[in-house]
Amino acid sequence: MKLSAKHYVGAAVLLFGAFAPLIINPYELSLLGRFLALSILAMGIMLIWGEGGILSLGQGVFFGLGGYALALHLKLEGLDIANGDMPDFMTWSGVSALPYFWYPFANPWFSLACVVLIPGAVAAAFSWLVFRRRIGGVYFALITQALALAFSTLLISQQAYTGGFNGLTDYSTFDGFDITSTGAAQVIYWITFAFVVAAYFTLRWLLSTRWGIMLRATRDGENRVRFLGHNPLPYKVGAFTIAGILAGIGGALFTLHAGVVSPALVGVVPSIEMVVWVALGGRNVLWGAIAGTLLVNFAKDQISSALPSLWLYGLGALFIFAVSFLPAGIAGLFKPGSPEERVYRRILNRRKLETAE
Amino acid sequence: MQESAFLLGQVFNGVSVASLFVLAALGLALSFGLMRVINMAHGEMLMLGGYLAYMTLSVVPGPLGILVALPVAFLGAALLGAVLEFAVIHRLSARPLDTLLATWGVSLVLQQAARNLFGAIGVQVIAPTWLNHTVTLHSGPFSGLDLPFTRLFILLVAAIVLGAIALLLNKTRLGLYVRAVNQDRPVAAAMGVNARLVDLLVFSLGTGVAGLAGVILALLGPVTPTVGQSYIVPAFLVVILGGLGSLVGTTIASLIIGLFTALIEIFVDVSVAQVLLLVFVIVFIQFRPQGVITVRSRALEG
Repeated sequence: MKLSAKHYVGAAVLLFGAFAPLIINPYELSLLGRFLALSILAMGIMLIWGEGGILSLGQGVFFGLGGYALALHLKLEGLDIANGDMPDFMTWSGVSALPYFWYPFANPWFSLACVVLIPGAVAAAFSWLVFRRRIGGVYFALITQALALAFSTLLISQQAYTGGFNGLTDYSTFDGFDITSTGAAQVIYWITFAFVVAAYFTLRWLLSTRWGIMLRATRDGENRVRFLGHNPLPYKVGAFTIAGILAGIGGALFTLHAGVVSPALVGVVPSIEMVVWVALGGRNVLWGAIAGTLLVNFAKDQISSALPSLWLYGLGALFIFAVSFLPAGIAGLFKPGSPEERVYRRILNRRKLETAE
Repeated sequence: MQESAFLLGQVFNGVSVASLFVLAALGLALSFGLMRVINMAHGEMLMLGGYLAYMTLSVVPGPLGILVALPVAFLGAALLGAVLEFAVIHRLSARPLDTLLATWGVSLVLQQAARNLFGAIGVQVIAPTWLNHTVTLHSGPFSGLDLPFTRLFILLVAAIVLGAIALLLNKTRLGLYVRAVNQDRPVAAAMGVNARLVDLLVFSLGTGVAGLAGVILALLGPVTPTVGQSYIVPAFLVVILGGLGSLVGTTIASLIIGLFTALIEIFVDVSVAQVLLLVFVIVFIQFRPQGVITVRSRALEG
């Protein structure tokens, strides 16, 4: 195999990612870790939206399910629940006994399994119910938005069981390991990085298989797929389930990095923001989803702390700009033959001419 | 006796909520039928209507200010809708999902603009005194039932708007064009209907009606930058249940959703009611995936 510039860039990014804890300072590392966790979710959006043509405005729900599944355990860590110990916020809300559904989460392995299983199962059931009646496109997007709204309002209103608006926070150990020290932050970063790399290569492989071809075929002509004798349902439900699982894993890792999971991260607005990361980065390219997530979130971190109102204008403008003028995202600029690439090349050529003169 | 009055009061509430939903969803449903696009900034048209009512009432105080505010809000929201259609939606209409995202961007910008102009807390519109009455039925089977004038006013506005739009769609030449484009755009265009203009007119008519809904919202509570968001998700569900661009379907779907919410809230709190509403919609589409009113057509892909 001949190595091209693409491979060298890829290798350089991988090396930087792997050695980032030794290069950048702990604050930047914590941000990078969070945003990489989010990029796992973004790759799921790329799978369903870019390759499957399914726009979900409710990925925050699966992100939240994963995050809460882990946070439930982290809250119980170190408590003697057999003797009636309860998380602090329950005591404040006047709950007399630990709710039954919290009990199994005392086991770390159960909780880790739930990070994958609950978002996966909810995503599979929900998408099957909707897609089996051939409801898709705009309708599906609107229903997922209603799902995000219902989920976040439920979390907020059930204060005594979910921590309400503040969410679940203030935890220090996982299975006996301290998770707040600098060393632990590096380990969590490496775990996140490993998940990003694993998700990237798994999805790359998956999209190159027959299943990936069928998914794209369903996106481009669902009825033609049916006429050719295939059932598009398994491809759509399968893709949505995988995206849900990726969002759940991302949510759990984000919870570890940020030390908090709250309804503010799972509602209608954050869910739709997730889509714009992928829209800007490039919905048909996996690295585009990661790049878009990092770019938008680092920009948000810089702008929103200094000028919060400017950030919302900027985000709104970004939505309009990205879908109107950059439908293939930033990644489209590098894709040979795309309209964006032609614009990009024209700009480059003009610059060359100017320097030649 | 007391219980039946309470139940009936809840039904009345449901109907009045439904009339708000129908005003909010009408524009969405009509443009969705024509162009297959959903305007996520539609909720901000309600917000705009509310703020326009607030401004009109500060210019024209007195008992009839609200009657001036209605046409002002209609025209203001219709104008903004026309600009939005021309500048964003028309350009993207071949890509419905992208239109959704771009109009969401518009909605964020409008919300933030309202926050900067009027403040995040919101403004209060004081309902005129002639709306501050309540009719209480003292005799008959429904004795004890309270009917606040504000709610009756909402019903009246919704009924007038629905009647006017039904007349427009069924009795005028423009309505004929709208129905033609709705059924088959290429053929209608080939017959000389200016489909582009029909899109623009229907879209701005829809946003204008949302502006009217905004005035009514202003009578019920403070106008905040996010006031539209709380009504827009039920309005989307109305569009899903209503079927493609059908006036009757949208009305029935609004009634279903309004009554369902009002009646379920007797038993559970508001947040659980929201979850149950979503469950209800998902169950409903298992039986009628095309909505309450199905427009028969030979098209394979609607």
